[in-house]
Amino acid sequence: MNYEPLSLKDQLLEQRIFLNRIVAAVLLIIAATAGLGLRLVYLQVVGHEHYSDLSRDNQVKISPLPPPRGLIFDRNGEVLADNVPSYSLELIPERVPNLNHTLEELKALINLNDEEIRRFNALKGRAKNFESVPLRLQLGEEEMARFYVHMPRFPGVEVRSRSLRTYPYGDLTAHVVGYVGRISESELQKLDPSVYSGTYHIGKSGVEKTYESVLHGKTGYEELETNVQGRAIHVLGQAPAIPGADLHLSLDIKLQRTAFDALGDYDGSVVAIEPRSGRVLTLVSKPSFDPNPFVQGIPRAQYDALQRNPDRPLYNRALRGVYPPGSTVKPFMALAGLEVGGVQAAHRTYCPGFFRLPGVEHKYRDWRSGGHGSVDLKYAITQSCDVYFYDLALHLGIERMHDYLGRFGFGNRSGIDLDGEKTGLYPSPEWKRKHRKQHWFPGETLIAGIGQGYVGATPLQLARATAILANQGTVIEPRVTDRLVSSLALEHPYPPPPTAAIEIDPGHWRTVVDAMIDVVHSQSGTAKLIAPGLTYHVAGKTGTAQVFTVRQDQEYKKMHVKEALQDHAWFIAFAPAEDPKIAVAVIAEHGGHGGSVAAPIARAVIDQYLKSLNP
Amino acid sequence: MSSDYGYVGIKLHEPPTRQWLSRLHIDLPLLAGLLMLAGAAAVILYSAGGQKLDVLIRQGTRLGLAMVVMFTFAQIHPRHFRMYSPALYLLGVLLLTAVLLIGETSLGATRWLNLGIVRFQPSEMCKLSMPMMIAWYLAAHPLPPKFRHVVAAGILILVPTAMIAKQPDLGTAFLVGVAGAAVLFLSGMSWRLILGLAVIGAALLPVGWHFMHDYQRDRVLMFLNPEADPLGRGYHIIQSKIAIGSGGIYGKGWLRGTQSHLEFLPERSTDFIFAVFAEEFGLLGCLGLLGIYLFILGRCFAIVVQAQDSYSRLLSGALTVTFFVYVFVNVGMVIGILPVVGVPLPLVSYGGTSMVTLLAGFGILMSIHTHRKHLPR
Repeated sequence: MNYEPLSLKDQLLEQRIFLNRIVAAVLLIIAATAGLGLRLVYLQVVGHEHYSDLSRDNQVKISPLPPPRGLIFDRNGEVLADNVPSYSLELIPERVPNLNHTLEELKALINLNDEEIRRFNALKGRAKNFESVPLRLQLGEEEMARFYVHMPRFPGVEVRSRSLRTYPYGDLTAHVVGYVGRISESELQKLDPSVYSGTYHIGKSGVEKTYESVLHGKTGYEELETNVQGRAIHVLGQAPAIPGADLHLSLDIKLQRTAFDALGDYDGSVVAIEPRSGRVLTLVSKPSFDPNPFVQGIPRAQYDALQRNPDRPLYNRALRGVYPPGSTVKPFMALAGLEVGGVQAAHRTYCPGFFRLPGVEHKYRDWRSGGHGSVDLKYAITQSCDVYFYDLALHLGIERMHDYLGRFGFGNRSGIDLDGEKTGLYPSPEWKRKHRKQHWFPGETLIAGIGQGYVGATPLQLARATAILANQGTVIEPRVTDRLVSSLALEHPYPPPPTAAIEIDPGHWRTVVDAMIDVVHSQSGTAKLIAPGLTYHVAGKTGTAQVFTVRQDQEYKKMHVKEALQDHAWFIAFAPAEDPKIAVAVIAEHGGHGGSVAAPIARAVIDQYLKSLNP
Repeated sequence: MSSDYGYVGIKLHEPPTRQWLSRLHIDLPLLAGLLMLAGAAAVILYSAGGQKLDVLIRQGTRLGLAMVVMFTFAQIHPRHFRMYSPALYLLGVLLLTAVLLIGETSLGATRWLNLGIVRFQPSEMCKLSMPMMIAWYLAAHPLPPKFRHVVAAGILILVPTAMIAKQPDLGTAFLVGVAGAAVLFLSGMSWRLILGLAVIGAALLPVGWHFMHDYQRDRVLMFLNPEADPLGRGYHIIQSKIAIGSGGIYGKGWLRGTQSHLEFLPERSTDFIFAVFAEEFGLLGCLGLLGIYLFILGRCFAIVVQAQDSYSRLLSGALTVTFFVYVFVNVGMVIGILPVVGVPLPLVSYGGTSMVTLLAGFGILMSIHTHRKHLPR
C-alpha cells in the first residue's frame, strides 16, 4: 500500500474492526431475512386460508371510468366536436379457449374482413394477454343483436361501449379543431397513468391538442363485482368521472363555410379576426382533410395518400404556410414612412416604370412597365406603385423597416392558441449575417420594401397585422377559443385583453386608411372590382406574391407547370373602415391577381359577417 | 471443483478452469449465483408480463448489456476505481445539479438528463459513486474514523441524497444514502455515535413529515393502515398480500396465479413481481428465491473479507450491504412490512436502469477479488 501513510495506520487493528463490523452486518442481515421469512410464513401458512378465501372471492375489481371528453362548439353553439356512443367487439385473448376457431366463427357471424383480423393480431401482439383487444370498432345494431344471441358460445368475447369522437363538419374544421387519435407509445411515456387509465385517445392537433388538459377531465373509478371468469356482474360503488370542460370557440362555422366555399378550387387560406378582441372568426386552410378516420386509426393506404398528395391537405397553411406578402406590406411601409421616416403624405416620387440604385445599372421594375408617373403616398397605395416604395425603402433603410413592421407582428409568432405556428420572417442585416453568413445588399432593401425577397408571412400573421392596423395600433393576440365551461360551473374567458399598443398619429393613420379605402372604392383602385353593391366602406390592399409554393418537389412542378407559373393572389382588408368589425387576410395560391381573385373571396366573408351582425 | 468454493484464506493451487476465469477477472461462484437469479427472473417475468416472449427478449437484451458492463468493470484495477472516486462523485453532483436545473420531467418527477440519444439518470450513477467516494475519503485516514471525519463524510452523503430527494425520488435517495452510510458503519464508526444518530433521526421524523410531498405522506399513511382506503392508495398492498397469502406453501403453480392474471395486482412485472412469484410458487418458492439472494450475498461477503486494503474492503462491503437493502426494501414493501417506495426487486423486476448499476457493482466486486496480490508460494 504505497499510497497510504503507513506510519499512522494500524493494519491489523483496522482489519479487526472491519471484521467485527462485517460480523455485525451479517447478523443484521440474517435477522432481517428471518423477519421476511417469518412474515412470509405468517401470510402463506397461518393466513393462507383467509387470503385464499379473499382471493377466491376476489370478485371486486377496480376499473377506471374514463371521463367524457369536453365538447367543442362554435360561437353560435353549433357542435364542432361531439362524442357519440359506439359499441366495439373485444376479445380477452387469455380467456378465449381457441382463438383461431373463435375468430373463424365470429367471421361468419358478423362479416369480419381480413383487414380487421390483421389489425386485431397486430394489437394483440402489443397488448397483454389479459387485456381487452378490440376486434371490430363500430358494431352495427344488427350485428350486436346477432352476437348477443350466440354470446354463450364465445367466452372471453364481449361488447364494450366506448365513446367515439366525431367531427360533424369534417374537413371544414380539420385545421382549427384538429382531431384526437390513439395515444402513441411515446406519448404514453409522458402521461400520468392514473389520469389516462381507461382513456385511449389524446388530442393530436388543433384545439384538441392545445386544450387537451382541460378537455380530458378527471378519471373516475368503478368497483365491480365479477364472476370467476372475471366478467362483471354488478357495480358495488363508484367514484364518478368528472367530465372535461366544454370549449366555446370564437369561430363562426357559417362564416367558415362561406370562406371555404369562396376559395373554390384554389388552394390557399382565409383568416378573419375580430380586430378589437383578437377573436378568430374564420381560419380556413385548403385543401383540407376529413379528421374522422384519424380517431380510430387511419388505414395506412389512406394516410399515405394524404401524405403523398402534392397539394398537401394535412398542411395548415393558415399557420404554417409562409408566403411572400408582396404588396400587402405597402400600407405598413407607408405608415412607417409617415411615423418614423419623416415622410410627408404629399411627397411625390416620379415613377418611370423602373427604379435604379445610384450608380448601379440594374433596373428594379414596377409591375406596370409604362410607369405611374408622379405619385404621392395615397396614390402609391391605391395603385400599388412599386417605384414609390423602392424609393421609400431606400429612404427608411432595412433596420427601421425591420423594426417598424416587426411591431405589427411580421417575423413574430402571433401567439394563437393552436399548435405549430411558423414565425415567418422580416429580414435584417443581422439575421442575414447569422443565417446566411453574408452581408446585406442595398438591392435587398428595395425588394423587402415591396414584400418580396426574404420576407415571408403566414396568412394568420397578415390577418393579425391588418387587425392591428384597423385598431389604430392596439396589439391583439389571436385566439380561437372564446371561453371554456366546465361542470364545476367554472367559466374561463378568452382571449386576454390587449396589452400593448403601437402609437400612431391619427392623421397618419387616416391617410393610410383613406388610401386603402380607395384601393376598393376609387376608379383607379386595384380592387375596384368588388366595389359594386357595397353598402359600407372596405379598406383593403391587394398583393401578388411571386411564386413560391409550400415546399414543392420536382414532380409537383412537372405536373402543374402551367398553374405553378401563376403568382399567388393576396388580399387583406378590414370593414367597415370607420368602425372595424372584421379584419381578413386571403391568399389564393397561383390565383394570379389579388384584386380579381382574392378580393372577392374577402368580400364574401365580410358581407356574410356584417350581415350576421345586423340581420 | 466444488471443493474449492467458499474457502476463506489463501489457496495453494488453482484448477485450470479457475485460473483461466481468474485471468478474465470473472468470479465463477458469483456469476453462477447471478445466472440462477436471472433464470428465476425469466420464469416469473414470463408469467407476470402476460406470457409475452418479447418481454423476455427485451429483458434478456438488457441483462446481456448489463453483463457486458459487469465484465468491463471487472477488468479495471481497484486502484483505478479508487483514483477516480472523487472525480466520479463530483461529476455525479454536477449532473444532479443539471437535472434540477434542466432535467426532463416525467410523471411529476425530474430525474432524467436528455443526452440526445439516451435519457440518463444521474441518481443511478450515485448509487456507485457515493460508496466509492466515502470509502476513498475514510480509507485515506486511519480507522476507526475520528469524529470530524464522520461529520465530513456525513456531509458528503447528505448533499447528493438531498438533491435526489428533491427530484423527488425518495426511493433512490434512500438507497444512495444507505450506500454511503454503509461505508461509515463498516469503517468502525463508534456504536455510541450510531445510537445517537438513530435517536436524533427518530426525533426528526415529524420534521421530515413536514417537508414531504402529499403523495409521499399518502404512502406512509397507507402503509400504516391500508384498509382505510381500499379503493385508492391501499389497493396495492391489500392485493399484494392476498396474492402472497393465497399462494400458500406450494403455490398455485406457474402461470396459474389468479390474482396477477385477473388484473388485481398492479405493477406486477415491476415493483410487485415478488407477489406474483409468491402466489405461483408459494412459501417454498419464496424461500428458494431468498436462498439464491443469500447465496450471492454469501459469496460477496467471502470476497469482502479477503479484500486486501481498506478502500477495497469498505467499498465491497458497502456494495454487498446495499444489495441486501435493495432486496429487503422491495420484499418488505410487497409483503407489507415497509412503506411503498419505488424500489425494484434487484435483477428480477422488469426494467433496465437499475440492472446496469447493480451488475456494475458486482463487476467492482469481481475486480477487487481477482486483482488481489497472492502471497508467493
